[in-house]
Amino acid sequence: MIIADGYARADGRKGIRDVLAVIYLVECAHHVARRVVEQSNDADVHLLGFPGCYPNDYALRMMKALATHANVGGAVLVSLGCEGFDREGLAAQIAASGRPVETVVIQQAGGTRSGIDAAVAAVGRVRAEMRERARRVPMHLSDLVIGTICGGSDGTSGIAANPAVGRAFDRLVDAGATCIFEETGEMIGCEGAMATRAATPEIARAIDQAIANAETYYRAMGYGSFAPGNAEGGLSTLEEKSAGAYVKSGSRPINGLIRPTQAPDGPGLYLLDVVPDTAPKFGFPNIADNAEIVELMSCGAHLTLFTTGRGSVVGSAIAPVVKITGNPETYARMGEDMDIDAGRVMLGEATLDQVGDDIFDLVVAIAGGAPSKSEALGHREFILGYKTIDAVGPACHPGVR
Amino acid sequence: MTGALAIVLAPADNVAVCRRNVAAGEPLAIEAAPTVVARENLALGHKVAFRFIPSGATVVKYGMAIGSATADIPPGAWVHLHNMRSNYISSHTRASKVDP
Repeated sequence: MIIADGYARADGRKGIRDVLAVIYLVECAHHVARRVVEQSNDADVHLLGFPGCYPNDYALRMMKALATHANVGGAVLVSLGCEGFDREGLAAQIAASGRPVETVVIQQAGGTRSGIDAAVAAVGRVRAEMRERARRVPMHLSDLVIGTICGGSDGTSGIAANPAVGRAFDRLVDAGATCIFEETGEMIGCEGAMATRAATPEIARAIDQAIANAETYYRAMGYGSFAPGNAEGGLSTLEEKSAGAYVKSGSRPINGLIRPTQAPDGPGLYLLDVVPDTAPKFGFPNIADNAEIVELMSCGAHLTLFTTGRGSVVGSAIAPVVKITGNPETYARMGEDMDIDAGRVMLGEATLDQVGDDIFDLVVAIAGGAPSKSEALGHREFILGYKTIDAVGPACHPGVR
Repeated sequence: MTGALAIVLAPADNVAVCRRNVAAGEPLAIEAAPTVVARENLALGHKVAFRFIPSGATVVKYGMAIGSATADIPPGAWVHLHNMRSNYISSHTRASKVDP
């Protein structure tokens, strides 16, 4: 089944969007870059950036993966001039991927106004070149990478929205798609259940080790991945939240454990490990849901299924976010932000399979160009912070290229 | 779909999850324990014991251990931070940290 008229990229991947990324390389260039995005008056010009002044291997690898994401067709880098980010290295990597890229250095351009003018002109040239280079090709489900995340979870998430995503994941995996669920810090307590689904004994061992590592890390931080709203929504413990989150993964074998910036090496189901295997250095592994969405995108996710009982409103730059709530009260109150009403399961008005089918159909429609609600509302959130996490985990991380 | 006010997710469970807000005195009408009545008001998505859970026993939901009871919990009672705790890492609320 052809699901989209995709954008062919030089590395063989196909995009469902043709985003022009405007990337600030330090917080000091953020204002100029934001103005450039505003003035471009183009919904497919998205703002990305890294706030830190000092170089960080993780940030550089992440930015390279994101700037060369299948949904991105070109980039304009906005540098202050004196920051530590390797702007030449990033520009070279983007150019080598077959994408047009330009760099504006504010200190060389003459300041704020001159920098904005120079970067707006660069956006125009890069967009024109993207149009010229664009090659549209038929896209199938086997070309699609889908991530899933939960945020603002409550007692309904694990009963309605998450298992419905699990049903959709099973259908997508069966159709040859690549599906990624996150994340090791939110699977603490599920290690036994997951090990039985691992495709090989090596993957089972890697999962067990990654979860043990996540538990050690969060113990050192003093708090698990558990927000006050989770308790207000009826969740009592981290492992209860984990059990509810885990059902997003569906029932198919787990083909591998991946880390941020690592693309799965084939179709099937993968677990994303986001927890460093060092002592805590830069803080929590992910400070908010968008940090996890960004890591899913760095592994190639074309779109993200986001389940939220309490009612998150976020979207994302680069890859559309589809929001699914299992709480009928949240849907009634915040329907303007919710793509899928899984609360029908709570009320006995629909089965998990029916809602799973709705999610599957919506994935196909959004891959084909239909906007998700957060996309239409203009949500383009993006967070990237400091982190230390190796590209490869302590155990072998099977299923990674 | 039954008229039960709470869902039992797996056979081994000792807690059920409320499908809507439930008032004290309402019969939960769940198949596994037809006579259990809500002992207090229960909110949508929150857990209710439908079997007696002695202090120290494992609280089971999805067929998986989700923590331990810190007090005896009678059938029909709300199960939350006041009478159970994590076996892994402490939970925290806006007001305080709930120590395991």
